[in-house]
This record gives sequence, C-alpha cells and structure tokens, in this order.
Amino acid sequence: MSEPTNAIDAITTPIPSPGEQHFPKFEVTPKLVKEAQELVDQYPEGKEQSAVLPIIHLVQERFGYVCPEAMPWIAEMCKSTPIHVAGIVTFYPGIHRSCPGKYHFRVCRGIACALSDGEALVPYICEKIGVDPAALTDEEPMGVSPDGLFSVEAVECLANCGFGPNMLVNDTLYSQVTPKIVDKVIADLKKQK
Amino acid sequence: MSTQPAILPKDAAAAEGKVNVQINGKWYRFPKGMRIADACNSVGVHVPCFCYHPKLSVAGSCRMCLVEQGMPPRLAPGATPTYNEDGYQSISWMPRAVIACANTVAENMGIRTDGKLCAEARRGVLEFLLSNHPLDCPICDQAGECKLQEYTADYGSGTHRFTEAKTKKGKNISIGPRVNLDQERCVLCRRCVRFMKEIVGEEVLGVVGRGTHNAIACYPGKALDSNYSMNVVDICPVGAMTSKDFRFKMRVWFLKSTPTIDVTNGTGTNINLWTREQQVYRITPRQNDEVNSCWMPDDARLAYKYINAPERLLTPLVRTDAGAPQRPSTWDAAIGLVVEQLHKCAPSELAMIASARMTNEELYMVRALAKQLGITKLDIVPRSCEPDNMLKSADANPNSVGAKLVLGKSGSGLATIRRGVRNGSIRFLIALGEDLTAPEAGFTKDDLAGLDYLLCVSHSANDTTRAADVVLPGVTFAEKYGTMINVTGRIQRLNKAIEPLGEARADWGIYRSISEALGCDCVTVIACPSPMMVLEQMAEEFEPMKGLSWGSIGNEGKAIIDTGVSIPLIEREQAKK
Repeated sequence: MSEPTNAIDAITTPIPSPGEQHFPKFEVTPKLVKEAQELVDQYPEGKEQSAVLPIIHLVQERFGYVCPEAMPWIAEMCKSTPIHVAGIVTFYPGIHRSCPGKYHFRVCRGIACALSDGEALVPYICEKIGVDPAALTDEEPMGVSPDGLFSVEAVECLANCGFGPNMLVNDTLYSQVTPKIVDKVIADLKKQK
Repeated sequence: MSTQPAILPKDAAAAEGKVNVQINGKWYRFPKGMRIADACNSVGVHVPCFCYHPKLSVAGSCRMCLVEQGMPPRLAPGATPTYNEDGYQSISWMPRAVIACANTVAENMGIRTDGKLCAEARRGVLEFLLSNHPLDCPICDQAGECKLQEYTADYGSGTHRFTEAKTKKGKNISIGPRVNLDQERCVLCRRCVRFMKEIVGEEVLGVVGRGTHNAIACYPGKALDSNYSMNVVDICPVGAMTSKDFRFKMRVWFLKSTPTIDVTNGTGTNINLWTREQQVYRITPRQNDEVNSCWMPDDARLAYKYINAPERLLTPLVRTDAGAPQRPSTWDAAIGLVVEQLHKCAPSELAMIASARMTNEELYMVRALAKQLGITKLDIVPRSCEPDNMLKSADANPNSVGAKLVLGKSGSGLATIRRGVRNGSIRFLIALGEDLTAPEAGFTKDDLAGLDYLLCVSHSANDTTRAADVVLPGVTFAEKYGTMINVTGRIQRLNKAIEPLGEARADWGIYRSISEALGCDCVTVIACPSPMMVLEQMAEEFEPMKGLSWGSIGNEGKAIIDTGVSIPLIEREQAKK
C-alpha cells in the first residue's frame, strides 16, 4: 500500500485486500452501463444526481466495493462530479472502499444485541477467520481473512433487536447467534466455496 | 387593553409590505421575507455567522447564528387576538433557539440576542467548533480577521473542557495553483463548496468523511484552478483557505485598506488595496452589487506586483544628445527641456498617444495639452481580452468610456499614427502612459528608434521609455486619486493608497505642468489644485457628468451613461432576486 502524500490523495489511494480475488475487477462493460442507465432513468431530467447512491450500491454488489476508479465513472453516469461521489462514498460506513471477503459478516453492536452477549461475537469471529481484532478501528472497521473468503465488521442496528445478537452474512440474517452458530455457518460456507 | 391605537401597527406595516419585529425590546419594520440575520444586522444588532453568506444559498450548518425567538401565542378556535396598549400582541418566547440565517421575519415576531439562551447557545457552538481546532492562531494568516477568533473572544467561554486527543486532518494541502487548504482549521461552513458550485459553476470542492473526520477536499487530480478561486480565501471565515500569494507576508492588523477600483479590466471591479507604508501587500474585492457583487477574478487580484517592482521609474530621465545614455534629471530641468524641445516640433509632424488606462482627470489634462500643442493626431491604445461571462468584460482598458467621452477617441486612429511613424510623416511622438512596443499598440523598437523625438510619461521602465528622449515618471493606480467610467457607464473613484514612489508625480499634474510651461492660459486647466477640482471642471463641461462631485460619486460610484453593456454575473444575481 503506497502511503498517500496527503489527506486529499488518500481519497483515491487503493486499499488492497485479500478479498479482491473472489470478486471481478471493476470494469465498465456495456452491461454495467445499461444497468446504471436504467437507474439514472428512474429520476427526472436534471435530477440525475439522485442516482449516485443506487449506482454505488450496484457497483458494490457487483465488485464487492467501490474502488477509486469507479467514482469518476459513477459521477459521469449521473452528471455529477467525482468529489460529490467521493463525499457520499466516504460518508456511509456501509459503502466499502476496500474489498470485503466473499462472505461478509456484519455483526450488530447495538445496545440490545450487546446486552445479549453480542459483544463477544466480533472477537470470536475474528479468531475463527484469522483476523487481529485489535486491527479493527473506527477508521478501518472491517477485517478480512488472509484467504479473502471471510470478513467481519461491527455495524449499527440490524433492526431485529428482539432476537439479538444478530448477524448478517452477506444478505442472510442470523438471529440469537451463539459461537456455536457461528462455527456452523463458517463450516458450511467453507464447504460451499 | 382598552386603549388601542386607531390603526394597528400590523396593518400599517402590511400596507408597506412590511412586518413588525421586536429585536432586543425595540420594534422595527422589515420587508416581508427578510432573513432574521439580515434584519438584525441592518439595525446594528450583531448576529455572528460562519456559514451564512448573503450571496450564497443558506446552509444553516454552523449554528452560530442561534437567536431566541418568540411569536404571539396561538389562538384557541374562535378566539380573537388581543392587543396591548402599543398595538402589539404579547410575545411568548420559544424555549429553543432558532437559526437566524434560515428563518425569515414575521409579523409580531420577537428576537432576543442578549438573553441567557442566546449566550449559552453561542458558547456551546464555539466549544464544539474549538474541540478539534488546532488553535494555531500565532502562525495562522487569518488571525486578526478570523471569525472564529473574533466570536470566541466575544462569545466563547475562555476555557475549554475537551481533554481528549484532537482529530488529525490534512494540513497545508495545495488544492490549487493559488490556494492552500488546512482541514483542521476548517469549521465546515461549506461557503467555499457553495461558492464554487453556485457562483463559478465548477463543483470541484466537496465534503468527504463523516462526523469528526469531515473535511473539505477536492477530488485528487482535480484542482481549484478557476480564475475565481481566490474568492474562497475571502469568504472562508477561518484560516482554512489561505492565499499562496499572501501567506506569511504580513499580519493583517498592520495593513491599511484603501477602497479603490481595479484597473485591469473595463468592469472596474471594486477593491480594497491593502498597504503598509509604501508597500502594497494584497488586493481583496469590495462589495458593490452593481459592479462585482462580492467577487473578483484572480488575475486582477494579483495585478499589484508592478507597483513596488524594481522597474518603477523614480526620477525624470533625459537624453541630451542623440545616442547618449539617459541620465537622471530634476523635474524643473526635465520640464524645461521638454518645453524647449516641443516648441521645435511642428504640430503637423507631432502625434500623441494617450491611454484608456488614464483617469478622466488625466484625460482632461491630456486634452488640454494636445490643444496647447495644436495636435490633431491623437488616439488611445485599444485593448481587448477574452470575456469570461462572469466579471471580465471584453474591454481590457479600465476607462475606455471615459476616453471616448473626454477625448472622443476609441483607438481607431492608432493605425494611422503607426503608419505615419513608419512613412516618416510623423517625426515627433508623445507616449503617455502606454508602452508602444506592447502588442496592442503594435510599434516596434525600430519604429521608435526612427523617430526624431520621443517624449514618454510612464510609471515603469519598458522598451518605449528606453527609446525616449525624455521620460517623466508617473504613478500607478495605487498612488493617485481620480475617476474612471466602467463599461456599463458607471463613474467610480480611485483613491490614493500610498504616496508616489521616489520623485514620481501624479500624471494629471505632469500634464498640467507641461501645458502651463508651454504657455497655456486656460484658467480651468492651470489653476486646478487637485483631481477633485478637475472633476468639478469636467462636471460643468460634460453633459453626462453634470452635477457630479468627488463626494457625490461615493465609494459605490454612480451610473452616468447608458452604454447598454451589462456584467453577466450581476445580471444573473439580479435575475435570481
């Protein structure tokens, strides 16, 4: 990782991650342009900028994260500016600027989940997938396993407080999660791969 | 409640399209739709603001302008309002403060800025803003004109409770050729972001990150390189945006600011010239809603370096023998020599080139001098530039309209003079305030070398002065009083910020002295003691200037001629209203 020379260059400095091997590299294909254009067309003329967020989601779904090269392209699609897109990408923690693992664990750290022993889940998952829990900070909240298969991130409420602790693996929600369930989910996913 | 005025104040105000507002206990009338902040400031009640700028959209993000607000109580169904003896309803104050920039005045509204609630709110906002501020005022260029510094002194608590580590952000980042950014000093008012988006139309600045990591940035690889970029330095309330040109040059409290106008373009942008002793340090725009709003182009802002440059001419220079080097002289000797030489020049072979960079007063004196010499071949150097659809007009001369009015010339005769010089029909030339070897004038060094006699008045050395037989040192716009008429036909004042350097003299005085020495007996010319008096003479003579005086022009200028030209940026701003 080349050290950014200043706080502004850091916006587009790539953050390498082992997860990249499991996702296609960002590339502007006619298919991607068509899908993005469909999103832009949802909004009235002159309001194309509103499509920035949906396209960011599209890019993240397809390529795992929003890489620096994607931001000017998104801006171009939405008749916006790269700095506007960069502002949105850096604002939301749910939008990744480095690639997560193939299976991304979002563990709730909301108060209800924490009260039902959810606090211990992140360190436990870290240990299982080989990530140093101390490396997870406010600035870098996501840890990716060395094989790029798994990643873990503490997130805010998953809107299922009655059944905590909650954990979202890619798009599947697990409730009342115990270390045992985590073991099983990881073992199953390893088999699947 | 029994003795109500015959006409309630609310009805009287409504008849004028206004509303009654009580500010700190006193009742005022404001137009409907006026912002509370503007209303307060207009009656001398100061409302501190970071993010609010009258020329930009309202962000309401800094919360500095929180004021206590109240309205008459809402009526129960069927109830009629009751009025006090003074005709107003009683105000019930809201428990929370409102921001003065995003809210407008309403009938019978009450505003309090001197209460406990307001003081608390301001102190709280400042404490938050200072929690991550580097407090590096001793090395910050903005110190002395920093809103954060001023408001902290006025409304801050004096101590702070924040003991945690401050968030580190980018410092001293070059975000453009003329502007540096310090993200830690920033209060995130987003004035710069809004300026670039709304006024310039180039969205190069934005806010990245979240929470305490929020910072102004431009996208890597893009730069804040617009010709209006330095305006963000002016509107930045703190030292986050600093001018590379002015960085670390001078503490602002040592500088004296003089209201004058820009002379690089026909728009006549209103400026403040910041000087200390005889040195000019910077130029900033001065608000004039009819000319330049609050802005100015960067190239005009940086066009001050020649004032204190080593090229300045500080004494008269004379060449007594052909081919000999020029040597310094005294004014009396130089003018004596000029008169002697001019007497020898046949008027038919003598031409004069004046300048539309001169003030009206100078042009008036030039006209008198030309008349005294019997010159018929007289013109100015036209100068044009690429208009930018903002503030720069296509006319790069600051006083073309004045030259047209006073001399009746607009540069069309310049080519004839040039031809005359080349074919030998013009052997004597007087160049006033113009470098004839500049591309706009189109003379070559050979043309000038071929002349029998060249008299030159200039503030700086150039190829024309080097070729001249006599050079008289004039002054730059920073050293003189005068008036100019901009492209829209507005007469505006130039004010003297520094004394003429060396032995240089104000140009109008030089022309008067020569005319006088040549035997001019016109009282209105030779008896004029100052440019202000010249202006009064002109006011009698020229129809559009009728009734004008130095005082009546004022710092804002006065529209006197309808030229049909408008300034695009001002047009857009007025259309928005």
